[in-house]
Amino acid sequence: MSEPILRLTGVNKSFGPVHVLHDVDFAVWPGEVTALVGDNGAGKSTLVKSVAGIHTADSGLIEFRGKPVTVHSPRDAADLGIEVVYQDLALADNLDIVQNMFLGRERGTPWLLDEASMEQAARETLASLSVRTVKSVRTPVSALSGGQRQTVAIAKAVLWDSNVVLLDEPTAALGVAQTRQVLDLVRRLAEQGIGVVLISHNMADVFEVADRIAVLYLGRMVAEVPTDEVTHSQVVELITAGRSGDLGLARPESAAI
Amino acid sequence: MTTDESTVDTNGVHTIERQSLRTRLLTANTFWIGLVLLGLVIVFSVLAPDAFPTVFTAQTLLIETAVLLVLAVGMTFVIITGGIDLSVGSVLIFAGMVSAKTMEAMSPNGNALNAGWDVILVGLVVAIAGGTAWGFLNGFLIAVAKIPPLIVTLGTLGAALGAASLINNGSDIRTVPTELRNTLGYGTSFGGIPNLVLVAVVITAVAAWLLHTTRFGRHTYAVGSNAEAARRSGIGVTRHLTLVYLLTGLLAGVAGFMSLAYYGSTTISAHATDNLNAIAAVVMGGTSLFGGIGSVLGTVIGVFIPAVLKKGFNIVGVQDFWQMIAVGAVLIAAVWFDQQRRRARNRL
Repeated sequence: MSEPILRLTGVNKSFGPVHVLHDVDFAVWPGEVTALVGDNGAGKSTLVKSVAGIHTADSGLIEFRGKPVTVHSPRDAADLGIEVVYQDLALADNLDIVQNMFLGRERGTPWLLDEASMEQAARETLASLSVRTVKSVRTPVSALSGGQRQTVAIAKAVLWDSNVVLLDEPTAALGVAQTRQVLDLVRRLAEQGIGVVLISHNMADVFEVADRIAVLYLGRMVAEVPTDEVTHSQVVELITAGRSGDLGLARPESAAI
Repeated sequence: MTTDESTVDTNGVHTIERQSLRTRLLTANTFWIGLVLLGLVIVFSVLAPDAFPTVFTAQTLLIETAVLLVLAVGMTFVIITGGIDLSVGSVLIFAGMVSAKTMEAMSPNGNALNAGWDVILVGLVVAIAGGTAWGFLNGFLIAVAKIPPLIVTLGTLGAALGAASLINNGSDIRTVPTELRNTLGYGTSFGGIPNLVLVAVVITAVAAWLLHTTRFGRHTYAVGSNAEAARRSGIGVTRHLTLVYLLTGLLAGVAGFMSLAYYGSTTISAHATDNLNAIAAVVMGGTSLFGGIGSVLGTVIGVFIPAVLKKGFNIVGVQDFWQMIAVGAVLIAAVWFDQQRRRARNRL
């Protein structure tokens, strides 16, 4: 097995008196989809934001390709090739697909944007992800369906030679067919060698695309296991109770002994 | 098979194509309002074939709209960011006033009528600086202090007019250099094109280039469309908004100098509705008050619709007041029509 592309060791994060993350260990492997699951308030979003540079971890080590790094701003994360696709997507509705994908990182000189090159790259990126539902890359985002928007947001993250892509509930607001498309897209990201983190509440989605599952329970990482070694109900137990059989937190009685 | 998948068969990767010029044209906001303008010109030309379609009418029409055009071009940027600038008319007066006062102070006996180009050039710089200063104040209060644009510019609307009046105790300055009036004000170039119009055309062309082909323009649309998305994409939203208001103030300063050259006076009382005329022109031209949508070409058309109506009504002998009613109707109709089309398109 290769080295993880991103590894967090003993990460703590508090907001005032609220201790959100307790000594969290987490690793992302290139070419794999790691599902990050947990109940509401378990600390999933905080963990993602710590990696994305929106929050800075209070303590703990973040290693990228084996080297310790500091991520203090979204810029730092972007420089490492870590991209986050947020739940609310953060696309500009009135701009078209190309303009959104290159927003803030336009090609060409400041005084004359290179539209042809951007359009070409946008089309190639969508094609490399086998996106076929978008008729024209010059369609304004306001005219796209929810699934298509999600596709554009993901493609935007992929455009930048990303190494790690974190997806925050990408299928939460989607219908059946659109969910299908996005899950296929998530798989293809991993096939391109990107380390993918999928945050999801949907166990069916998780078991379908994830190579390994990481479970957060009240701010602690209680299990990080390959998907084929656990069952659906074990993961649900881990999420709700923090343990399941030998997995997860130690039993209270054994801890007492 | 779902409908989504069935489109896969007919629209493979290679059909992710450019929209044809024709579809772009027909969906463009400016296309339809441009037809309205063309229609007005044709109607008045038919009604008054001897008086309306003449070089003289075209010249006066263009001259009378030049100053408003410059204001409206600046307003286009502000409205695309989802903001508004009510202060442009007052800033125009302020810029003209400080400029005229400076030119007077530099001339013997405080009479600038015979001043040369050195004095006029200083006057121009002062006018632009005066406008830019108000624009920066607007931008700072809106972007940094996060006060709503409507409130900020309502405040500076009064403040700039008050400051302009204080400079000369509330009366107009009428000693504008004759040289300036004869060249920029009334002069023509290239066989009859008024210089004032040439200046407005150059400014409009530069603004169109700035809005439609540069990074600054792209970010202007992005900030107006979704400021949070722009911020997450690494755009300095605060800085950008400040620059947009600064630009609008700068253009109001230039317009103030043009107005000075044309009227030969600081015209304190003549610009009370310039702000609303500029906003009306921008909105008629298809720019959305909610931000994110708009074009300079649309604004140009939007400026000319009221002007053509006014000129046309004058020539065919309809009372001037009808023009105000007609412009109001066109404004409301244009926005309504635009909304309908947009809803229809979003339902696709």
